[in-house]
Amino acid sequence: MKNNFWKVLGGWFKKTAQNIGRWFKSLFVSMDDKEPKLRTLMNSPKTLSFVSSIICIIGGLLVGYLIIILIDAKNATSIFGSILKGGFANPYGAGYGLGNQLAYTAPLIMVGLSVLFAYKTGMFNIGVAGQYTLGAFGALYCAIVLNAPWYVCILAAMLLGAVWGAIPGLFKALFQVNEVITCIMFNWIGLYMVNDLMSSKITFTRVINDNLTISSMFNRGGANTWSLATVNKSSLLPDWGLGELFSGSSMSPSKVSIAIIIAIVIAVVIQILLNKTTFGYELRACGKNKNASKYAGINDKSNIILSMTIAGALAGIGAALLFLTDIQQFPKSTTSLSSLAFNGIPVAFMASLNPIGSIFAAFFVAHISEGAGLLTGTTFSKEMANVFTGIIIYFCAFAPLVIEQLSKRKNRLEMQMLEEADNAKPKEEDGKEVNL
Amino acid sequence: MTNILLILQFTILYGTVLSLVAFGGMFSEHSGIINIALEGIMVIGAIAGAVVLALCQRAVDAATMSAGTVQFLTFMQANPGFIVVLSILAAALAGGVYSLLLAFASINLKADQTIGGTALNLLAVALAIVIAKSINMTYLTNSANPQVRYVNSAFKIQILENPRFEISWFFIIALIALIAAYIGLYKTRFGLRLMSCGEHPQAADSVGINVYKFRYIGVLISGILGGIGGLAYVVPSVSTWNFEQGVTGFGFLALGVMIFGQWKPLRIFGAAMFFGLFRAIANMSDTLFPTLVMNGFTTNIFNMLPFIASMIILALTSKSSRAPKAEGIPYDKGLR
Repeated sequence: MKNNFWKVLGGWFKKTAQNIGRWFKSLFVSMDDKEPKLRTLMNSPKTLSFVSSIICIIGGLLVGYLIIILIDAKNATSIFGSILKGGFANPYGAGYGLGNQLAYTAPLIMVGLSVLFAYKTGMFNIGVAGQYTLGAFGALYCAIVLNAPWYVCILAAMLLGAVWGAIPGLFKALFQVNEVITCIMFNWIGLYMVNDLMSSKITFTRVINDNLTISSMFNRGGANTWSLATVNKSSLLPDWGLGELFSGSSMSPSKVSIAIIIAIVIAVVIQILLNKTTFGYELRACGKNKNASKYAGINDKSNIILSMTIAGALAGIGAALLFLTDIQQFPKSTTSLSSLAFNGIPVAFMASLNPIGSIFAAFFVAHISEGAGLLTGTTFSKEMANVFTGIIIYFCAFAPLVIEQLSKRKNRLEMQMLEEADNAKPKEEDGKEVNL
Repeated sequence: MTNILLILQFTILYGTVLSLVAFGGMFSEHSGIINIALEGIMVIGAIAGAVVLALCQRAVDAATMSAGTVQFLTFMQANPGFIVVLSILAAALAGGVYSLLLAFASINLKADQTIGGTALNLLAVALAIVIAKSINMTYLTNSANPQVRYVNSAFKIQILENPRFEISWFFIIALIALIAAYIGLYKTRFGLRLMSCGEHPQAADSVGINVYKFRYIGVLISGILGGIGGLAYVVPSVSTWNFEQGVTGFGFLALGVMIFGQWKPLRIFGAAMFFGLFRAIANMSDTLFPTLVMNGFTTNIFNMLPFIASMIILALTSKSSRAPKAEGIPYDKGLR
């Protein structure tokens, strides 16, 4: 009985060890007429796009480093180092820096999702900035004028962003106007419109407390909107203790909130929506080949409008997730579009258009932005981060294509070599088999 | 009368910028490359030109103060026109070089032209701010601000003294560009070959036209004109430019002008002046329509008008568009 037990156990161990051994062997050697698994993994499109993203990032960082050297060779290394350290080098402590970095990651995830969602339907959503501006207006109007709680603010931002996203879709579907042009024009229309609405049209009076009665969306200085912590605490996103968790040594808690959780959940939802539902399949089919999907009975026009509407809604939520943390306020009568919104494009392409990947890409962009933001007292400014992301997305425009070409050529060469090896084999082998 | 002259002056100012940049876009698109990067090219041209201008003026001032004997500086002092030429050349050169980045990515590497162009737009604004701050810090104001200061009087030609009416040298350049574009595109072998690359590159290649070369030339011309256009937007109107705002969407507006002009030089020039008029009215809304402005029709709304107008026009005309047929499609010899 006892012997039997050991026998069974030993047999089981042996079998398992063999299986593990086989599995490891199959990584490197072709077995059961399948090519080595490592090579399958290496040649899979997902790995290729991951590798090309990494190459883009490294290339972008290197070229950015060269630019720093060109401008200020003496301090180049320390400047580059402090950009790479990101929020961790925050003078108030790494926890505080990381918290703020996460606070910026959330809106970046959203704008990245906005770009990639539209791109899956074959639309280049360069109108994120406009949708984001409208979203910011919706959120701040609800928070400051209507005294609404945070979830209402997010809904308002989503709605306005969706409207602004639907417009390029409508123009494309109804008038065949290229969405890139429409998006760009409506970025500026949106910016001027929000400027106009915020500065004069809205009249209201709200009593905050005995000392403060507000009648404008802009604070006493007049340069920015009111800080939400002053005028409406219920509109601030709750932080569920995250702020305490990410706080500095002697500092107030950082601005991290449930925004980051909301953004990650939405990223997962988008991933499922795109890859596991009929709707997502139709959207992607439209993006791959409009005519073929039309032939298959998919309504490409309504898909275009719908996808741009959702993209706009995502960008709108992004704005809400930024401004409802109170980490920054909306500037009055600005003549420049938000660079955070435009960073959605690098986030989407760095993530190789993968929703889950956009979480990490957004974190990376927030990381170097925070790092560059700490460059005070040097000739360099926080815009250095945008130089990096600009170069990275320039590489992203062609790197996947080039790498795909290279891997195809490599495969072709290998096939050729195999064929040659086959041909070079002595012919007598065939004869032997016959003899046997 | 003064108002009309002022509107005319502003119309010419903005119309000049839009037509220069739209001509650039036209050359690029006729060769088959969509140049979304025009906005970024304008920014790069503007920063290069403005920095050269500011540095030259500073060098001249310093020389005057110290009564220096450097011959070159005294020459520049005596001929302010030389600094003008120098800064325009710098803008053209910078724009041209920057546009080569787009050409390399989209012609040699067959990149997506829209993504590549967008990347260059994002990069240009960031780069301009970094350059402006570091130049200010090291050579000019000793403070890291993104505003470049310069004297722009040498760029203007005064035509009437009272009431005052000025045009800038850029208007002359735009007129020359108009004539050159018209003759170059329609009357020369070069122009017809260029356009064939944008219409049917495979056919062009089959008769021995080097498609890659012509596309490079098309993009390069657009870079040069875009760079000059950027300087033309920044310098004649104000004496300080804050590079945080880039060129406030004028590059994109120029693309709209180009489409409105149906990729044809004369029509583009007309469209540019039409949009320039819109912008001029926006600039002068306070003096022109005080009652409208009082009733909440603010500058913001006037600023929106050119963009809204271009959207309406695009919606109406897009179905009969005469866009080059092969634009935006990378040319692949293997697919011939």
